[in-house]
Amino acid sequence: MNKEEKAALYGLLAEFNTPDELVNAAKKTYDAGYRQIDAYSPYPIEEAAEAIGFHKNAVPLITLCAGIMGGLTGFGMQVFMNLYHYPLNIGGRPHYSWPSFIPITFELTVLFAAFTGAISMLVLNGLPMPYHPLFNVERFSRATQDKFFLCIESADPKFDLAETRKFLNALNPSEVFDVEP
Amino acid sequence: MAVAELDKQYTYDEKGEIVVVEPGHTFESVTGAITGVVLTPPEKTPKGWIFGFFIAFSILQLLMVSVAWLIYRGVGIWGINVPIGWGFDIVNFVWWIGIGHAGTLISAILLLFKQQWRTSINRFAEAMTLFAVACAAMFPLLHTGRPWYAAYFLLPQHNTLALWFPQFRSPLMWDVFAVSTYGSVSLLFWYIGLVPDLASIRDRAKNQYVKILTGMFALGWRGSARHWARYETIYTILAGLSTPLVLSVHTIVSFDFAVGIIPGWHSTVFPPYFVAGAVYSGFAMVLTLMIPMRYFYKMEDFITTRHLENMAKITLVTGSIVAYAYLTEIFYAWYSGSEFEWYMMKNRIFGPYRAMYWMLILCNVITPQLLWSQKIRRNVPVLFVIAIIVNIGMWLERYVIVVVSLTRDFLPSSWGMFSGTIWDWGLYIGTIGLFLTLIFLFMRLIPMISVFEVKMLLPQAKLKESHHHE
Repeated sequence: MNKEEKAALYGLLAEFNTPDELVNAAKKTYDAGYRQIDAYSPYPIEEAAEAIGFHKNAVPLITLCAGIMGGLTGFGMQVFMNLYHYPLNIGGRPHYSWPSFIPITFELTVLFAAFTGAISMLVLNGLPMPYHPLFNVERFSRATQDKFFLCIESADPKFDLAETRKFLNALNPSEVFDVEP
Repeated sequence: MAVAELDKQYTYDEKGEIVVVEPGHTFESVTGAITGVVLTPPEKTPKGWIFGFFIAFSILQLLMVSVAWLIYRGVGIWGINVPIGWGFDIVNFVWWIGIGHAGTLISAILLLFKQQWRTSINRFAEAMTLFAVACAAMFPLLHTGRPWYAAYFLLPQHNTLALWFPQFRSPLMWDVFAVSTYGSVSLLFWYIGLVPDLASIRDRAKNQYVKILTGMFALGWRGSARHWARYETIYTILAGLSTPLVLSVHTIVSFDFAVGIIPGWHSTVFPPYFVAGAVYSGFAMVLTLMIPMRYFYKMEDFITTRHLENMAKITLVTGSIVAYAYLTEIFYAWYSGSEFEWYMMKNRIFGPYRAMYWMLILCNVITPQLLWSQKIRRNVPVLFVIAIIVNIGMWLERYVIVVVSLTRDFLPSSWGMFSGTIWDWGLYIGTIGLFLTLIFLFMRLIPMISVFEVKMLLPQAKLKESHHHE
């Protein structure tokens, strides 16, 4: 395999008709040693992510940390304002009346966790991404409708145009496409 | 009636329950049926939609006039006085925010409980939540009379008038945080749910402008397995976060009353009672909107009789909780031994506002008992009428709590009466116009049923072989 060939294509894309075909093909591809692969489906298929070797993601941990940060921010903000920066004596009530700080603390916990979690999902997924080589394949528009796709990217060390094409064809797809970069 | 005839032909699944998606659909037909409404070219917009939108938009003008006159003249144009300082504005606020709760309940709590029937109604219900919260949020701002000053005393900001002015020990402050968090997290949840469907529309659109616009909001979504895995994680987490959030919001709204000392407000039953009432009115509103929508857009394949029946059951359950809370309130008033509490209760039932109270009992307690009958739960037109009656009943409930308690407090010298003026009604009906206008725009511009989630319900979406890694 020469370098120009590798740079010429983003990868090879195989189209399947059913989720079972996709998951089987993804598994075989992973077992054959390919790692720079991805499966595309119109709805989430847990088994497809597992088949391409994607088991864990960082979203829950990030969300938890953000939630804790939000709680501390909410409580800290009220304590800072009411105890240190601008203490107001209202009817002789204690400045540090922590039970009345709980609702706002809770709300900020949820607010921080939800937004950070959702944004982390987008960032980890590399979204927003207005241009992607896969959109060059006209048929790929069916990935959000009713078809299932498997892509082996040319960045994979094992990628070899002729070999990989042969390999994908052996998986029995309805068609294999070249993905222009 | 065409609707009644259609609903006579139920389809049952192998467990003997009515199906959640009618059989015979493919991935393609689902996508086509739902996105087809959005992708209809402007000149082919259904006449019914144009007519409905025109009416809703006309009612919206009432809001514009009422708000303009309010800001010009001040809150004196309303019926509020001393001692009844909270009138229609707070009644409407609590009513609208309650309606919003069904959306979050359907999208979050039922998702966590893996209730598949929620799938084809969650998008619509969430949109309803957002619009209801938008209507609700307007009232606390407007009832200050000077909404442009609200930032000074509602937001924790370091300004030149006073440092950190907000009083964090006040339930009214908690409200600001609760409602704004609720509104923004609901919007986020809704938008994240929309991204894959917007990608579907982007890929189907023939019109270049539609393609660019939906493409922008779809963020380049392409359905990668890695993306889906993270997506599903955050979607479930957001549901888990929204569940306590939705309970907290109406709990805090009830604190607005319960932390006060006025007889009739000072009750520990308020938080769960308000939450149940919110879910009750919310489900009634979902039914009110969804029954005509599924009829006009022929969505009976996705919003089946089973959906309507399940929603009717939840309405019945929450209605019963509300009825129980009414009894509890009477018992508390008597058992507390406080003569003011007991007088308030007698005044509520037999006093000058008794008509409101008995109407409320008729709408909220007696009417929903019809839903015990399966025949009525499956009779769509009757269900529609019951839903509207429940909506009216819940508005009356808030009216009775807010206004009647304020008319009679401890001292006869500070008793008074209240009735809404034309501007009170104008503002209230105006927000209904705003709500309906937004609903009409939503139905036309955004897929009203979650396409990718309905696809997951189709039999061909399930894997036939087991694919577990060793």
